[in-house]
Amino acid sequence: MYKSRSIQSSLTLRDKIFSIDFILVFAILILGLISILAMYSTDGGEFKYHTQSHIIRFSVFFIMFFVISFIQIRFWHSQSYIFYILFFILLLGVKYFGLTSSGSKRWLDLYFMNLQPSELMKVGLILFLSKYYHRISIENINKVRFLFLPVVVLIAPIILVATQPDLGTALLIAAGGLVVAWLAGVRVKFFTISALAFIATLPIAIAFLKPYQKSRILTFLNPERDPLGAGYQIIQSKIAIGSGGLFGKGFLQGSQSYLDYLPEKHTDFIFTLFSEEFGFFGSLFILILYAIIVWRIVQIGNVTRSNFGKLYCYSFATAFFIYVVVNMMMVLGLLPIVGSPLPIMSYGGSSMMAIMLGLGIAMSCKIYKDTPVN
Amino acid sequence: MLNQSSGNTVIKSKLIGRRMFLLTAAKAVVMIGIVGRLVSLQINERTKYKTLSDKNRFREWKLAPERGVIKDFFNKEIASNEQVYQVHLIPENSKDIERLFVRLKTILNITDKKLFYLRRVIKKQKPWEPIIVSDNITWSEFSRLNLFLHELEGVKPVVSVARMYPDNSSAHILGYVSQVSAKDLKTKKYLKDLHVPGMSVGKTGLERKLDKQIIGEIGFQRYEVNAFGKRIKQIQINEGQAGKSFQTTLDFEVQKFTSNLVKDKAAAVCVMDIYNGDIVSLVSSPTFEPNQFVHGLDKKYWNSLINNQMRPLTNKAISGLYPPGSTIKTLVALSALENGIIKPLDTFTCKGKIELYGEKFHCWEKDGHGIVNLRKGIKRSCDVYFYEVARKLGVDRLSETAKRFGLGKRVLKGFIEERPGVVPNTKWKKKFIGQNWYLGETLHSGIGQGYFQSTPLQLCLMTAQIANGGFEIKPRILFDKKNDNLRDYLKHKNENPNDPLPTDLLVSNFNLKPLFKNQEHINLIKDAMFSSSNEPGGTSYRHRFENKKFTFAGKTGSSQIKKFTEAQREAEVKQESLPYKDRDHALFVAFAPYNDPKYAISVLVEHGGSGGKAAAPIAKKVIKKVLERHDLRTRVNSLIGENV
Repeated sequence: MYKSRSIQSSLTLRDKIFSIDFILVFAILILGLISILAMYSTDGGEFKYHTQSHIIRFSVFFIMFFVISFIQIRFWHSQSYIFYILFFILLLGVKYFGLTSSGSKRWLDLYFMNLQPSELMKVGLILFLSKYYHRISIENINKVRFLFLPVVVLIAPIILVATQPDLGTALLIAAGGLVVAWLAGVRVKFFTISALAFIATLPIAIAFLKPYQKSRILTFLNPERDPLGAGYQIIQSKIAIGSGGLFGKGFLQGSQSYLDYLPEKHTDFIFTLFSEEFGFFGSLFILILYAIIVWRIVQIGNVTRSNFGKLYCYSFATAFFIYVVVNMMMVLGLLPIVGSPLPIMSYGGSSMMAIMLGLGIAMSCKIYKDTPVN
Repeated sequence: MLNQSSGNTVIKSKLIGRRMFLLTAAKAVVMIGIVGRLVSLQINERTKYKTLSDKNRFREWKLAPERGVIKDFFNKEIASNEQVYQVHLIPENSKDIERLFVRLKTILNITDKKLFYLRRVIKKQKPWEPIIVSDNITWSEFSRLNLFLHELEGVKPVVSVARMYPDNSSAHILGYVSQVSAKDLKTKKYLKDLHVPGMSVGKTGLERKLDKQIIGEIGFQRYEVNAFGKRIKQIQINEGQAGKSFQTTLDFEVQKFTSNLVKDKAAAVCVMDIYNGDIVSLVSSPTFEPNQFVHGLDKKYWNSLINNQMRPLTNKAISGLYPPGSTIKTLVALSALENGIIKPLDTFTCKGKIELYGEKFHCWEKDGHGIVNLRKGIKRSCDVYFYEVARKLGVDRLSETAKRFGLGKRVLKGFIEERPGVVPNTKWKKKFIGQNWYLGETLHSGIGQGYFQSTPLQLCLMTAQIANGGFEIKPRILFDKKNDNLRDYLKHKNENPNDPLPTDLLVSNFNLKPLFKNQEHINLIKDAMFSSSNEPGGTSYRHRFENKKFTFAGKTGSSQIKKFTEAQREAEVKQESLPYKDRDHALFVAFAPYNDPKYAISVLVEHGGSGGKAAAPIAKKVIKKVLERHDLRTRVNSLIGENV
């Protein structure tokens, strides 16, 4: 029932190019262009450092996305564990050689860029677990013996990231890993048990939380508690979005942003800025673009033959969706400010790199959809 | 193996697909949630957030308007504005307020107490609102401040304008301005939207009366500011509007002259145009320095003011209450004539005292005046004559006449410090003292003692209304070229000397309100006053003017502070030998010139002794000064009339 391997490997360049998911590419490109406009607006309508840098990053990683797309899916499958280990080593490196900025140690200085390995780990963990669950047989999935490794590879990076401290990214990494396990068929009871275990350890975890993290959680529950401190961000973000109204204040007219009321407007709050300037319809447009991206990746999962490909695409699509909604819910005041970038839109090289890497592997699943991975 | 493996693979992929379906459903729910939130924020609550965003965006700085000036009759500024140098501080622009204070202290002269006050103000107001560190520094301090400005972050040197009074002769009637107090904000509604740091409001006198119009309209600068309070750009500016300026009826030259004349005494002088009520001069002494109040009062100066027994802060002319004494005798006589109680030539015999109701009533002349008629009664100010007249007249009829002539009520509008005084009658006593009226009290009232209380301005108005032939006038301090009915009538009368108008035509043609039943009675009083000032034996004969141009007709008065004991009376104790506080108040009212009356005057000297000795000489000098300036005044009046 399978076509022979020789036929598969003899795909011509033309075949490959035509099997690219153009809708996905197009959506990414539009989002990238929008993000450049938004970045231009955060610079106050001037072509400055942030805009330039964002354009370069987007271009470089967009090209990288294509390069990755054309690399055989078999390669990504075979090197999954290696990638995970590489990212894990980088995370360890952060712990010892990392750069500290505003109280947390997240970055490695690579001379040409400051790399944030925790972002890469988001993709690395999905890659690892997809391969793992691809390989073990269905009977073994719910055996405790086979749960051991996933738990270890899930928890180890999370602890490293959470102690940087970067609670937001740690939770997002965990979310990606859990999605793979869930899709692979791990029983609900295991999730329930671990959730209970998590809740049981919560008091201990809270004891280890930094005061600012505690304050963030409390402030989320009641933003007016501290209107000039931690609650300030949520309040100002809501004001910016709300004041955008239906059609927004217009490009470069976002008063909340250019008067510096918006915190972190280049990164976590880029959606707020966009929403202030382009209003409800603009926000809806962004949401639709993200939905298209998620939908296309799920579609790739549907057409790709290997379970590795399916697992990876479904999980990455879901994780991508989670990144997007967590960021949006955060700036809309529905979740505490945990510090998570908006994929593609936010300023930040590592995030862009990780997302493009993830998207590239998904596209590789599309191009080599009929190629068995092992 | 392959089969099993592929079967395994298919089962697995089906499982994955099933679970993915669940996840997709969950995603849809979350998406709907986010869209719902966007709808709620951007559509349902957009007005609320737009308002909040504008609140973030704009900040307003209010600008104090320039206060209007007050001018005298000749357009000379008697309350003007001057340029002052100030130090403002915007707390949020300073990184370390305490260090700044230390630095400022070395440059300017700031007390620790002031710093304590400033700290409290800083805590109370918004960090971007400027506070005034010092509102009036010298030029040398100002230039030193500018020299060190680079190390004084947050400090702003400001050139502003403030109230300046060129002279303190009119301090009482002009009043003074000072910083807005919490009480001002509560009681004066117009200040509600006007509150700007450093703005002054009128506290007393004209400054207070005119405050609402003279204060001007506030300006503002609206800036767009960023989250750190830095001004990004100016959105709107409104310079505000300077307050309205006012021309008064006062003559600054006369004010200065009079003020200088009485500067060592506790005294009050009023001069009024008898035809339109224009107050030419209104002086109270001792005076104070109104400029001191503008920039925060010095404690020591304040204490010296309130501890001074001559009460320099009181405007004695309108809020000092004194028994009118013998000056009331003009009205007693008039009332008796009008009511037909006496005829001008009816006589009584004065033996120095009379005994009535078991009480002795003394005349000021121990040996008595002999046979006294109305003219002699006023000329010699015979108390016994007026005891008799008052007894026949009764206090209620007297009080009715006195009230008609302006006693016992406020006669100026809008001066909160003005007091109405008292015109007693039987009802009044019942109501305010709760007792019946004693007949003996009628006799005291007949010579202006007892419960009678009046202000020098009221006595001046009374005299003016006698002098102008008995027509009502309303005293006024703000210049108003209209409302000169009485002068129109006079013109008409001079043009048609043989055609006197009946009273009802006076009312309808000239809108006059006669205060008399028979004008002849008024003339009798005027003639008696003439004799008092210009015939030998008159109480102020010694201070008369021979020159017809200045000749005045007046009435002396002294209001008793303490009743003389019989022993003092026997010993003929002189006023000068009494302690200051026990001496009588000296009063004198007059109008001039007698032949063609133009002005009325009242002079009060607290504890001055007798009116003839202490008050009449002052009145004489002021009358001369005023009459000398009369031509000038008329010229200005006609110029204004022609709208030049």
